[in-house]
Amino acid sequence: MNSFLATVRRDLLLAMRRKSEVLTAVFFFVIVTSLFPLGIGPEPALLRKIAPGILWVAALLATLLGLPRLFAADHVDGTLEQMALSPSPLGLLVAGKILAHWLLCGLPLVLLAPVLGVQFDLDASALGILMLALLLGTPLLSLIGAIGAALTLGVRGGGVLLALLVLPLYIPALIFGAGAVEAHIAGLGAGGHLSLLAAMLALAVFFAPWATTAALRVALE
Amino acid sequence: MRQSIIQWFKFGSPQSFYPLAGRMIPWFWAAAIAFGIAGLWISFFVAPTDAQQGEGYRIIFVHVPASWMSMFLYLIMAFWAGLGLALNTRVSGMMAQAIAPTGALMALLSLWTGALWGKPMWGAWWVWDARLTSELILFFLYLGFMALQAAIDDPRRADKAGAILALVGVVNIPIIYFSVKWWNTLHQGSTINMNKAPSMAHTMLWGMLLMALCFWMYSIAVALTRVRAIILERERHTEWVKHAVA
Repeated sequence: MNSFLATVRRDLLLAMRRKSEVLTAVFFFVIVTSLFPLGIGPEPALLRKIAPGILWVAALLATLLGLPRLFAADHVDGTLEQMALSPSPLGLLVAGKILAHWLLCGLPLVLLAPVLGVQFDLDASALGILMLALLLGTPLLSLIGAIGAALTLGVRGGGVLLALLVLPLYIPALIFGAGAVEAHIAGLGAGGHLSLLAAMLALAVFFAPWATTAALRVALE
Repeated sequence: MRQSIIQWFKFGSPQSFYPLAGRMIPWFWAAAIAFGIAGLWISFFVAPTDAQQGEGYRIIFVHVPASWMSMFLYLIMAFWAGLGLALNTRVSGMMAQAIAPTGALMALLSLWTGALWGKPMWGAWWVWDARLTSELILFFLYLGFMALQAAIDDPRRADKAGAILALVGVVNIPIIYFSVKWWNTLHQGSTINMNKAPSMAHTMLWGMLLMALCFWMYSIAVALTRVRAIILERERHTEWVKHAVA
């Protein structure tokens, strides 16, 4: 457990020293969501309807932006090999890196989402559901994305390839995440969608670090 | 028993699998052609005209087998990939790599014929129906697998990375399918319900089954041909390949 926390702390510290990288993804999220009303038109009823989908798609893409960095720097300077050789299990260290990635790339999106939701004329209770859905969904995105990041580590055209691999796997999160807010607005209650998101998160917490570790070992061979 | 296990593992080596595949290919081609002729004959000349859909329905004799194959082939691909990962047999990874393009082709064919069928029947090339959407996502998964394998130069690493991706995909396919299904019922975008198809005439079912067998045989023949090419390419430095090609 100590090595897990140490990995989280190390990755957060490294990110704090290079703030621009983290902030880029956050600003990307803000800019992309602000572009949609400009393209579609400022009619509040329409914006309210498309808001959950747009915020979620933007969150998927913003998470994707940060993914190539998850292992790349450590791979280049050999840290990753040292981690693989260290006595503490690689899966634990990988889980720590994924948690740090979520704290840097996922949590800011959750906190910003209500501000952006106001731009789309969502009311307070819908904003609450949106935050809750993102809180459950963005860790899922980081976990699934980590598998893709490990598979494309050091591969030609890694960034685009990563998007191709990971985006189809993000579809269930998108459907239930955006669906939760839509169902709430439609008066159907968001409980079912949120439960399913939580179930998928539980599955991913168990399997994704393991699959990521296997993919990393392949890349390190 | 012991003997048979050793026999099976023998074909895990490219050198002994290459001639075996070569011997099997003509048989699968012959079976594909035979099933194809019988299936096409039934589907065009024997099966009755559909009361509601007219002659246009006959596209399902290609569409349904293609959709089935696209799903089966992903499972088979994942099976070989998993076997390769677990037992470290080299031919398994090559099989997975050889099956992927055929699977992608089947998914594309299924989408394409589905669009051709949808236009006269539904009045739209594309509706966001659960089955259409999940077939499209399956097509994306095939493309991702192929792109990943193509991007990695070292074939051993490509096999293993592809295998992990295929297995992750297999776990996700049911989740994706059900999420798309529920998404579709929540939105109720299309009023068409494909589940309420009228019960089929027996000849139609036979035509479809024969065409499905034809597609199976074709897929196996093509995958084996492709795996032979992959074996030659990867083992080109060995003596036996130089003898085989010379």
